[in-house]
Amino acid sequence: MAEKEQWNGLKGKIWKMEINTRAFIQANYTPYYGDSSFLAGPTKGTDTLWGILKELQKEERAKGGVLDMDTNVVSGLTSHGPGYISEETKELEQVVGLQTDKPLKRAFMPYGGIKMAQEACTTHGYEPDARFETIFTEYHKTHNQGVFDAYTPEMKKARHNKIITGLPDTYGRGRIVGDYRRVALYGIDFLMEKKKEDFDNCGNGTMTDDIIRQREEISMQYRALNDMKKMAASYGYDISQPAKDAREAVQWTYFGYLAAIKTQNGAAMSVGRVSTFLDIYIERDLKNGLITEQEAQELIDHFVMKCRMVKFARVPSYTQLFSGDPVWATLEVGGLGQDGRSMVTKTDYRFLHTLENMGPSPEPNMTILYSSRLPENFKSYAAYISIKTSSVQYENDDVMRPFWGDDYSICCCVSATQTGKEMQFFGARANLAKCLLYAINGGIDEKTRVQVGPAYKPITSEYLDYDEVMDKYEKMLEWLAGLYVNTLNVIQYMHDKYYYEAAEMALIDTDVRRTFATGIAGFSHVIDSLSAIKYAKVKVIRGQDGIGEDFEIEGEFPRYGNDDDRADEIGLWLLKTFMDQLKKHHTYRNSEATTSILTITSNVVYGKATGALPDGRKAGEPLSPGANPSYGAEKNGLLASLNSVAKLPYSWALDGISNTQTISPGALGHSLNEQMENLVNVMDGYFDQGAHHLNVNVFGIEKLVDAMEHPEKEEYANFTIRVSGYAVKFIDLTKEQQLDVIARSAHERM
Amino acid sequence: MEYMDMEDMRHTEDKPDTTKKQEDLSVKKSVTGFIHSVETFGSVDGPGIRFVVFMQGCKLRCQFCHNPDTWNRRGGEPVTAEAIWDQAFKYRGYWGKKGGITASGGEPLLQMDFIIELFVRAKEEGIHTCLDTAGQPFSRYHPFFSKFNRLMQVTDLVLLDIKHMDREGHKALTGSYPDPILDMARYLSDIRKPVWLRHVLVPGKNDAERYLKQLDEFAKSLNNVERFQVLPYHTLGVYKWEQLRIPYPLAGIEAPSKEQIAYVKKRLHTEDYTGYQKETQRD
Repeated sequence: MAEKEQWNGLKGKIWKMEINTRAFIQANYTPYYGDSSFLAGPTKGTDTLWGILKELQKEERAKGGVLDMDTNVVSGLTSHGPGYISEETKELEQVVGLQTDKPLKRAFMPYGGIKMAQEACTTHGYEPDARFETIFTEYHKTHNQGVFDAYTPEMKKARHNKIITGLPDTYGRGRIVGDYRRVALYGIDFLMEKKKEDFDNCGNGTMTDDIIRQREEISMQYRALNDMKKMAASYGYDISQPAKDAREAVQWTYFGYLAAIKTQNGAAMSVGRVSTFLDIYIERDLKNGLITEQEAQELIDHFVMKCRMVKFARVPSYTQLFSGDPVWATLEVGGLGQDGRSMVTKTDYRFLHTLENMGPSPEPNMTILYSSRLPENFKSYAAYISIKTSSVQYENDDVMRPFWGDDYSICCCVSATQTGKEMQFFGARANLAKCLLYAINGGIDEKTRVQVGPAYKPITSEYLDYDEVMDKYEKMLEWLAGLYVNTLNVIQYMHDKYYYEAAEMALIDTDVRRTFATGIAGFSHVIDSLSAIKYAKVKVIRGQDGIGEDFEIEGEFPRYGNDDDRADEIGLWLLKTFMDQLKKHHTYRNSEATTSILTITSNVVYGKATGALPDGRKAGEPLSPGANPSYGAEKNGLLASLNSVAKLPYSWALDGISNTQTISPGALGHSLNEQMENLVNVMDGYFDQGAHHLNVNVFGIEKLVDAMEHPEKEEYANFTIRVSGYAVKFIDLTKEQQLDVIARSAHERM
Repeated sequence: MEYMDMEDMRHTEDKPDTTKKQEDLSVKKSVTGFIHSVETFGSVDGPGIRFVVFMQGCKLRCQFCHNPDTWNRRGGEPVTAEAIWDQAFKYRGYWGKKGGITASGGEPLLQMDFIIELFVRAKEEGIHTCLDTAGQPFSRYHPFFSKFNRLMQVTDLVLLDIKHMDREGHKALTGSYPDPILDMARYLSDIRKPVWLRHVLVPGKNDAERYLKQLDEFAKSLNNVERFQVLPYHTLGVYKWEQLRIPYPLAGIEAPSKEQIAYVKKRLHTEDYTGYQKETQRD
């Protein structure tokens, strides 16, 4: 059993015998049941640094969204020297480390695809070093090139026609959360030692494909660990040994995360669950009189400030899909342990408190792992922060804990992953609403008129017959599921090969569990369409070529979002059917297939590419985001809508079921106290039914309209709203998306 | 307007009297009511989160009404009290310690048999019940009064709107005299039924100093007021008047300013009515 002087006063044995952060946390954390009155405001240092950063953000926006870009250095762990928010104030930074040498300067990251990296530069008026073109086309292949070398014509067609869409074949797949806490708990040397042991024990000498690949990967991880030490050394820190106090624990943990964001530009680059872990160090220092509450808060404020600065260079088509420059630096607080104890610590409060000390912010994507059994004080404080900032989301710890234990992280917007034990293959989503049109039109795309799906017999009757539609739809879904999984297999294979996440994987167990995350778009529209076909009469309006272009609905039909089983059960059928179909197929590296109902802001782009639907949605209109009911479908208020979503079993969509709701303050209660109480009751009622996720916005439509018309107003500079699974600054959305957000039913009673 | 027409018969007379037989709900045929709509997330209609059933039909014609589509007593969807209760009960998980169901409208007192059955069912499950009424149908004569008393047995809280303290002013603003409303307020005070008073503040109509003084004195004279709320007039319901093609009588009147609201609250001493907070502490 290893012993280190830095571990003085820390309890437990298991975590010293093997790498096991969870065991360390469980043996050492102090649950906190009190209220928020202990919290400290921002220090002068925090105010100064955040002030500088706000000015930089303003400048960034004025320059069209990008402040500065690297054009002649390929980003890596040791590619840049140290960088600070500003040279003059670097002494104030309690937590240091930037992605490049300057704040908000975006790194050049070509391994996902050189064309995209170049375009990201030229779009913003930067010219990347001309040599990179040769290097990354002639001398070194990228992920993107690998994928297109292997794609079948059918895959390309499906991708081009956007029935499968948002695929991570031009950028990093992301969604891998290293256990960054390991850097603080063990120090890099110990982690290298353990990886060396794994390398020595990898295989029995028979070189199968799997063993060869694993040996190569461990070697890459080992090198990445060594480079992390060099990276930290450039800032004057030796992270070869464990962190000895709170300040080092925060810094070491951040270095782990920094290693990830220097080497990967994944769509989601999450921080993970660090609050309870860091609290152990802070508590130890507080007890030993080494630190004050103000200093503790400053550490957390500065850690969060760094998470607010994460940036990647993106191309316009990416920005359309995921608007507002998100990085999903998702960070969790709250939750319960397997033993039933609350895992809420004072540091969970401190993280939420950053939204008061430095104002609202979309990043880090602050997530509350919710249970009605969390301490009442904490629930109230979370509700208070929601009402004040609309910057946090809620996920049901009670449904996730049975699957992922009590040390999971959220690795994207809403998807859970066991920290340090598991990785996820991110797979974007399939447009099931478009698939319904393919079923009706015999596999011909309603927009491009290209035969994309199999040429099954189209429906030719004037009115749609429910049984006929269901029969054809199920067959078309079967085709889509197979094509989708296989396309993802290609992507994940090439990503491992050309853009392997060595730094993140170095902080995850060698014997890693893999999940294969698929996703569904257009969920509510399929339900409402099938319901319309079943309960009303739907007439097909066909173009001259016989393709169904529009639909006329005669009569009433139940819609998803009203707690009406007739509609909601169609949703259950859809989810179960598609998931079962996905599972039939081989998934890369024997990963476990999961699915999600979440769309981020891509619902707008997907909608544009989707023709009119039998539920009355017109061609090109945005799809409803995530698992949200369709616009205007809800007739009985917020809770009926929540109940409809809550019926979807989490176990059928382990990658997450996202739901976003906006409530105007006046509709939440008369006084702030009533609003907090009511919001807590909404959460309790929703999550106790087994629902998975809820984004809560608290503001009125007037505020959105005003912010859209007057983005220059100071009050809107950091006005944050929750969209499907993440948060954005409202003024960073495109006008189209702003209108979409406004159009969505705000729960505002008259 | 002060007469009992056929529609009233439909709502109040043409029904079996439930006052005696409510105990065996399982065998009795559930009362049918005519409802306008339901709201699963009522958070300003009594304490906590509430399932609100909006009854169809009202005899008042308040000029500031934001739900004129609930006036017509011939409209509405027929639903049994049992069906509404079953629907409401699906939301019990959201009600916490304080929430429950609220009967609003329209005017719920026009369909008391329905409300009585609904509330009896709620009280059997220990759910908080709240009646949101304008009090206009109130009378101390049979059969109304006996039913009303039965209803009060299963009602935890009454939200009572006082729209105008001046008799003629009330008539001008709502189309009716306030006598039954004020009489009901007195009666509820006599039987000590907890009440939240509400006053919709319409600038230029009911905010004159003498009206506020009268209202302040009236509220003080009651001994059952747990909360006194000033609800600022707003124009969000105007589109409904347009849809119904009824000329909007308050066109041009703007919502009161924050300062006006604050003044009226102070003038009415609304902060003095803190009974509702005690309820919180009891939990």
